[in-house]
Amino acid sequence: MATAETHKNSGMTKDLIVYACILALAGIQFVIAYQDISASQMFVRMLSVAVIEAALALLFFMHLSENRGLLWFFAIFTVFVLLALQYGWTDSFRLTDGVPWAK
Amino acid sequence: MSQADLTVQGHSTAMAEPAFSIPAKKMAIWLFIIADTATFAGCLFAYGFTRNATPNWPRPFHSITNVAVMTLVLLTSSLTMLFAVRHAEMGDKTKAFRWTMITAALGIAFALLHLREWMGLVGEGMTLFHNPWGTPLFGSMFFSITGLHLLHVTGGVVALIAVGLRYQGGRYKADDLEITGLYWHFVDLVWMFVVPLVYLLNLAH
Repeated sequence: MATAETHKNSGMTKDLIVYACILALAGIQFVIAYQDISASQMFVRMLSVAVIEAALALLFFMHLSENRGLLWFFAIFTVFVLLALQYGWTDSFRLTDGVPWAK
Repeated sequence: MSQADLTVQGHSTAMAEPAFSIPAKKMAIWLFIIADTATFAGCLFAYGFTRNATPNWPRPFHSITNVAVMTLVLLTSSLTMLFAVRHAEMGDKTKAFRWTMITAALGIAFALLHLREWMGLVGEGMTLFHNPWGTPLFGSMFFSITGLHLLHVTGGVVALIAVGLRYQGGRYKADDLEITGLYWHFVDLVWMFVVPLVYLLNLAH
């Protein structure tokens, strides 16, 4: 029982540390929002921070770090979907840069 | 060996190892999460496409206070959900139920803050098809994405209360609470992308 209690307490401490890290990362996103940089730079920085936040939540809040098989299954599927979506960007830029009415 | 033995043996072999060594209910919620990830990824990509392809995209947000509080509330609700699951794994029903209800209360607080923000924007003249700052697509994208997320939060709150009560009543086990927790963390995870892309990138400077 004492071992189970110790395990629970160490688990809660880990949860608190991960929560603090995610909160700090969220804070960084708000700081980036006030930086004097271009929208594309801001987008890249914020998205990078969001990916780290999401990875922490997936690994420790959702316990994916404890199941390698499921982790790979989730990662491969998600990365495939995200990469497959990227082909649309070229068309998005064509609308602003490659048409007769573009600036 | 009898036919009955063969049947039992064959059946047990087929059922011996569940996919990724996790129970079927947990696998089901993971498949739902994966499918929902694709849904939100599609929505956020559509938003990115539209924003990029539309010159003079509006940046109407002047304050980050409300969205910062909403983020704090939702992130904290993930922590309280973790505490609920930890206590449930230990068999401490009272504390597990209490933390689950605290999580649901934080979810309700988030939804109310969200609605308050929506009302503020509607008051400034923003609707699904119109806004005073420029392209009407902004309102469509904003309400669609945040609305879909709010729908997930509302569903999550209902699930937390229902599962929490049944867990307290002894009809559900700690596993069921953990599965509801996985969904709740996913809702939190989506918000981590909605905030920078939909709110912070549209902050007025």
